[in-house]
Amino acid sequence: MNLKPATLSQIDEVITHYPVKRSATLPLLHLIQEDAGWISPEAIEWIAAKLELQPINVYEVVTFYPMFRQQPIGRRHIKVCRTLSCALTGGYKVCDEFQKQFGCHPGEVSADGEVTIDFVECLASCGTGPVVLIDDDLHEKVDVTKAKALSDRIKAEAKAK
Amino acid sequence: MPAPTQRRLIFAHIDEPGYTNDLACYQKHGGYEVMKKAFARPPAELIDEVKKSGLRGRGGAGFPCGVKWSLVDRKSGKPIYLIVNADESEPGTFKDRYIIHQDPHQLIEGTMISCFANNVKQAYIYIRGEFPHGARILEKAIAEARAANLVGPNVLGSAYSCEIYVHRGAGAYICGEETGLIESLEGKRANPRIKPPYFPAVLGLYQCPTIVNNVETLCHVKHIVDMGGEAYTKIGTPNNTGTRIFCVSGHVQKPGYYEFEAGKITLGQLLHEVCGGPLPGRTLKAVIPGGSSAKILRFGERFKGKRKVGAEMVDYDWGVEDVPMDFDSLGMIGTMGGSGGVIVMDDSVNMVEALANINAFYSHESCGQCTPCREGSLWMKKITTRMVHGAARPEDAALLKGVADQIPGRTICAFGEACSWPTQSFLAKFGDEFKNYHETKKAARPADSLELV
Repeated sequence: MNLKPATLSQIDEVITHYPVKRSATLPLLHLIQEDAGWISPEAIEWIAAKLELQPINVYEVVTFYPMFRQQPIGRRHIKVCRTLSCALTGGYKVCDEFQKQFGCHPGEVSADGEVTIDFVECLASCGTGPVVLIDDDLHEKVDVTKAKALSDRIKAEAKAK
Repeated sequence: MPAPTQRRLIFAHIDEPGYTNDLACYQKHGGYEVMKKAFARPPAELIDEVKKSGLRGRGGAGFPCGVKWSLVDRKSGKPIYLIVNADESEPGTFKDRYIIHQDPHQLIEGTMISCFANNVKQAYIYIRGEFPHGARILEKAIAEARAANLVGPNVLGSAYSCEIYVHRGAGAYICGEETGLIESLEGKRANPRIKPPYFPAVLGLYQCPTIVNNVETLCHVKHIVDMGGEAYTKIGTPNNTGTRIFCVSGHVQKPGYYEFEAGKITLGQLLHEVCGGPLPGRTLKAVIPGGSSAKILRFGERFKGKRKVGAEMVDYDWGVEDVPMDFDSLGMIGTMGGSGGVIVMDDSVNMVEALANINAFYSHESCGQCTPCREGSLWMKKITTRMVHGAARPEDAALLKGVADQIPGRTICAFGEACSWPTQSFLAKFGDEFKNYHETKKAARPADSLELV
């Protein structure tokens, strides 16, 4: 495991939050996923050793929670809300537009490795639907025009790098 | 009758220009003063205030908060934990998001008062994974409060110490169920626990007595302790005290969040006057009044019966628009106030497609440990999806009902009810639409109709 020193110190700190080490499983998975981008089999074994668990105890958590991923994704992560309130205001059209813009389906990485699109369940901002979470930032009232503008911005930022 | 004006208790400062989420701003507006006064009182007195207030949980079930606290095993000698349920995940609900992002110290003050009242030394805020900024805002707010001696060791120079940590979920709806949440906080899959014996008040986190309260509920505690339980009961209506935040989404002109005294506003006033009514050229068709698992109401249906007003029994004859928005009235007409998420659908919506959307959600979110729920939610999704995207048959309605009726009451947690109520109620209210869907499908879809599944 090649984790950043900052991640390692955050890991040691967060374990102290709980009287039982196993409780730190989700926090550690989040920290490692933020650092490495995904949860590798090596990461599962590393966490298990760190928390004095069996690898299966960590693996079953990884497979249960939708936010943990076992393969790398694009540099940017676009999550479009699929659930009812957003669908009633055009969520499916918005998801289609992102797919058209980046030429990939939900769950896939675009050919240039730039984005992964996911069609996720409720993001709890139903009053301003359709909503889209790009990395950590929520975008509200996203229609097809706004989805295209957001895509253009992602493409421009990728080019500038 | 015109709609009453909003009574903003919890949302007093939400969207207020110039109001920021830091400690200085909160204290400038009188923040932590209630807590300072509360810490000078005996804890039992604070619990009494909450009992007297009649506060009902705002997470969905509407269970009286004072009763929940009084069930806590205080004789076990084990530590008592408090968990803030910030896993806001019932589709249609988005009130806690604004408290967390814009007024986090209100939540921390309410949490600390509740911890002090219940002799809790360690609290966790379980926040859903999809609120990354929210988690950071709470962590920063707790750090500020800790630096000001409002959280942590020897709070306000007293002998009382209490720590709060933020714990992030990872995208699973079932973590909103309190025992599933506890399992998740213990670092496991969020499979809910069976009750009995695992009532959190006795055998909760680490098998210790545990209180799990919703974000908004804990904010109410602050206001109850401030004004007194007795005064709090003057807000709202008997047995439905305080204010309620309604989160309105879907097909109205002004969706959003609105806080009113509980039971003082009807569904019609909320949708037509407050939310501006249906979109131009449309009429309202159906509404889900308390989060997506609440049973759906059809505009045009009527509800008759007797209800208690004061000491007398009075006849009521309500249309959907006349129903007061409180736990008891919505319960009487066969649905629920739930988490306050009101989802509105107009006449452009086909109910088979709307149900297919909801079923896809519940099928995705079932934790999988009870067969009726895991298989039932999946089959309801498969049937409704096939009706929309494949072949629809007249007998599908009966088939769906057959599946849905076998789930509730046969599962460890209330998810069994949550996933079957939409199907049961959609069929009961819009049965014809399901029976005729195979014919409806043959006609061309209106150009402006949206895909829902």
